[in-house]
Amino acid sequence: MDRIPILKLGGALIVTIQVDMHDRLALALEEDLTAMIARTGARGVLIEISALEIVDSFIGRMLVSIAAVSRVLDAETVVAGMRPAVAITLVELGLELTGIKTALNVERGMALIQARLSDEDDGHGSDRDRHED
Amino acid sequence: MKTDGAEVLSKTVTQDEAAILDAWNVALLEGTSLQSGRIREAELQTQVKTVFGQLRDALASGGLDADAAGFASLRETLADISRSRAIQGFTPTDTANFVFSLKEPIFDALKRMPDGDATALAAGVWAAGKVLDRLGLQTMEVFLASREEVIGRQGQEIAELSTPVVRLWDGILALPLIGTLDSARTGVVMENLLQAIVDEEAEIAIIDITGVPTVDTLVAQHLLKTVAAARLMGADCIVSGIRPQIAQTMVHLGVELNVVSKATLADAFAVALKRTGRKVVRQQASTEGRR
Amino acid sequence: MTVTKTEALPVRSGDDVVRVRQRVRALAVEIGLGLVDQTKIVTAASELARNTLDYGGGGDVRMETVLAGTRKGLRLTFEDQGPGIADIEQAMTDHYTSGGGLGLGLGGAKRLSNEFHIESTPGSGTRVTIARWK
Repeated sequence: MDRIPILKLGGALIVTIQVDMHDRLALALEEDLTAMIARTGARGVLIEISALEIVDSFIGRMLVSIAAVSRVLDAETVVAGMRPAVAITLVELGLELTGIKTALNVERGMALIQARLSDEDDGHGSDRDRHED
Repeated sequence: MKTDGAEVLSKTVTQDEAAILDAWNVALLEGTSLQSGRIREAELQTQVKTVFGQLRDALASGGLDADAAGFASLRETLADISRSRAIQGFTPTDTANFVFSLKEPIFDALKRMPDGDATALAAGVWAAGKVLDRLGLQTMEVFLASREEVIGRQGQEIAELSTPVVRLWDGILALPLIGTLDSARTGVVMENLLQAIVDEEAEIAIIDITGVPTVDTLVAQHLLKTVAAARLMGADCIVSGIRPQIAQTMVHLGVELNVVSKATLADAFAVALKRTGRKVVRQQASTEGRR
Repeated sequence: MTVTKTEALPVRSGDDVVRVRQRVRALAVEIGLGLVDQTKIVTAASELARNTLDYGGGGDVRMETVLAGTRKGLRLTFEDQGPGIADIEQAMTDHYTSGGGLGLGLGGAKRLSNEFHIESTPGSGTRVTIARWK
């Protein structure tokens, strides 16, 4: 069975979804990511979905559940590169990606994760502070 | 003895073809369509020849029913002609007259019939009237349908034109909305803004509604959806320019707009600059220092 | 309204859901739907196909391109012979679910379509028809 490859870069795991997600693939990804976070102690998970033509409630649920599991394992999930048409459709569908941070592209997403890592390295503040303007 | 109008008409049209064509050409040349310069004489003559040939064949195939199969190719040609006229901006009169101006030449030809009697003439005229009226009406139907298509397309173009997305700074976009927001237009606005966010890699988009006369529940909902979609893509939205009266109406209507909002575009821009780690400073000290 | 083209696909496995999405996308492109409308109908199809699979025990989808006057549209009919839905109104409510999902399937599909129609008889099956117009 084919699986979606997971890359490790510094303290983060990176996944690029390039294929039309079928159910088994989605479930396998969730499992693989959980195992990998636990094994590597990664603090951030970046899921790049710019190639995804649709996100239905099944894939949305997978993303929410990955984020929830990651949080328990102390890693933050960032979804990057969602297409405009997909975003409009998700809003209309009524799906909220609770607990997930979003970024325009991989670069921005990595910056979000790095910011969290360096905040913690400095020993002060959590990611909440950045959002108080 | 009953005289068959279709037969009389078909015979006349076949026998007197050259004279009818000439007369029709003259009638069309006198008409306004050529004078307006929208069509060249040669083009008009080609259309005349094609249409007349197909009319002759259709009549020869029997029947006066312009909706019948024998008239199919003629109907198609006429549809093409009126479609192109609708796009070229001909008036309805000009377009209809293309067919109707064929009446007189045919009536004249019927009158010239060598073995004609009154009954045959009447039957022929009635037959010609019936066919040409139906064809004229079909021409108008196609003309109107084409106009509607043009209008629909223009409406969409206007919707796109009227919602420009402007880049205020690196990564900061503004969408100044002007006029009433209906759901069709909001759909276009939403798409344009989100696409611009991708193209410009913008972190913050300011939606300025100074020019929007009323904000009802529906408009508020559209705004909220846009903000939510941008959020999913990784960009933040700020709504600016909510006028005091609108704010009051919104509160009275119970419309909730749970987004970051600022009074003016300038305020929103300042927030956007701050959030992206920038700040505007007045160069006061240096100018005073030189004096 | 005239039907200009009809296709049918089975909905019996997860892979079928992917196939349905791909065919619906192709047909949506064919009738000239814009990108957002394409995405909406494909997503709606995905939700309904999964419903057919998960709650209806599998079934079929009929995909038709239709023409009303000058407007082109895409109509999808999902049909199963499953247990059916006793309370349709309740099933349409967001976040109602009988299968452990998010429960956005029916309501979500309705919001993503221009037309939505559901018929269900407890014990004999469910039929959902949606359409999206250009």
